[in-house]
Amino acid sequence: MFAVVPLMSQKPKAVALISGGLDSLLAARVVMEQGVHVEGINFFTGFCVEGHTHAIRKQDRAKPKRNNALWSAEQLGIKLHIIDIIEEYKDVVINPKHGYGANLNPCLDCKIFMVEKAREWVEEHGFDFIITGEVLGQRPMSQRKDTMPVVARDSGARDRLVRPLCAKNLPVTMPEIRGWLDRDKLYGFNGRSRKPQMALAEKFGFEDYAQPAGGCCFLTDKQYAVKLGDLWATRGTREYDLDDIMLLKVGRHLRPRPNFKVIVGREEGENRFLEGYRKRFVHMIPRSHSGPLVLIDGELAAGDIELAARLTARFSQGRDAAQVTIEVKPVDADAHCLDVLPLTADEIPADWYI
Amino acid sequence: MSTTVVDARNLLCPMPVIRAQDAVVKLQPGDTVQVLCTDPGVVHDIPAWCRIHGHEIFKIDEQGHEIVIHICVGTGN
Ligand code: SF4
Repeated sequence: MFAVVPLMSQKPKAVALISGGLDSLLAARVVMEQGVHVEGINFFTGFCVEGHTHAIRKQDRAKPKRNNALWSAEQLGIKLHIIDIIEEYKDVVINPKHGYGANLNPCLDCKIFMVEKAREWVEEHGFDFIITGEVLGQRPMSQRKDTMPVVARDSGARDRLVRPLCAKNLPVTMPEIRGWLDRDKLYGFNGRSRKPQMALAEKFGFEDYAQPAGGCCFLTDKQYAVKLGDLWATRGTREYDLDDIMLLKVGRHLRPRPNFKVIVGREEGENRFLEGYRKRFVHMIPRSHSGPLVLIDGELAAGDIELAARLTARFSQGRDAAQVTIEVKPVDADAHCLDVLPLTADEIPADWYI
Repeated sequence: MSTTVVDARNLLCPMPVIRAQDAVVKLQPGDTVQVLCTDPGVVHDIPAWCRIHGHEIFKIDEQGHEIVIHICVGTGN
């Protein structure tokens, strides 16, 4: 149970889950309008779309980049606490009690987990309730009439969880009962239309807010889910670390043999990012021609080095040359060079691409 | 007054922000933190985090691919 009950003279305090999208921005603002002290919390799972790929790829560096959760907090004029939940989140991804959505997104378990973490934070910091930007009927898994109460119940937040954008469609919450929130000033949004949110954004004067297309994390991305599924299947375990899931966001991934895959940098920014992993992986660099840095993930058998070198040559400027020199650097030995014939396009089956 | 060095090199945002945040919350007003980074996104994200929490960035050094952000811890208001 929540330990701290504010005195009548104190301003009630709420923490808002801020994802960086429009809904959480609006939800926090609606509650602030009613005189509640709001601070933001943002959970970093390792799969968040925010930042990473923009930071890696050189072509994206020219564009002004921002962290949308921080941007939201600045718009609202509130503090934002960014919390690393990478380790604890693994169990949510690996063993979701309620299963996955269209890809490897365990949205319902994820929501329960995040609200539960927010509840713990609230208890620790003497706050009173939790705000999320959920909208009834907006998402197929976690924002349905039958699953929204599950989030409130299983997170332990119960009636201290307020969804200001659709509160009128849901049971009365504790802050409403206590008179901290006027139900009439909350909303009853329902369904997938974004129009009500856009109108509310206009009312509050929010412009230039983020509108992520495919959800807030990479687990909803089909291509990403295929790569993660491949990693799990070939390793025979679903365990992962942050580097594993970061590397799935970068480069071309090809699996020529079940025992290894190659990660090929697609441009300078990715090559530089992959360079940071040189000590952990066997890697190859074309020396006679310019070309990408290639990391090899897996245990190499006889003949695999040459195959990987020919594949590396294929992605170099020497792809049509009779011979390309590839530097091979094992993890625990000195580098050596191999002269190889690049693979032809026909020698790379489509199903090597993950 | 103390100076804390946080090594956030080879980490991508928001990890450098989290590392900076975790260091700053343990310090007193007037203490300083140097955050060593390689992700160019930090020149936007760490100042944004500092603005909303009332801390001051007093210098950003960029040398090649390395960026050092110098934070002076504020009162947190
Ligand atoms: S899209 Fe990702 S972060 Fe968002 S609820 Fe689903 S699993 Fe969680």
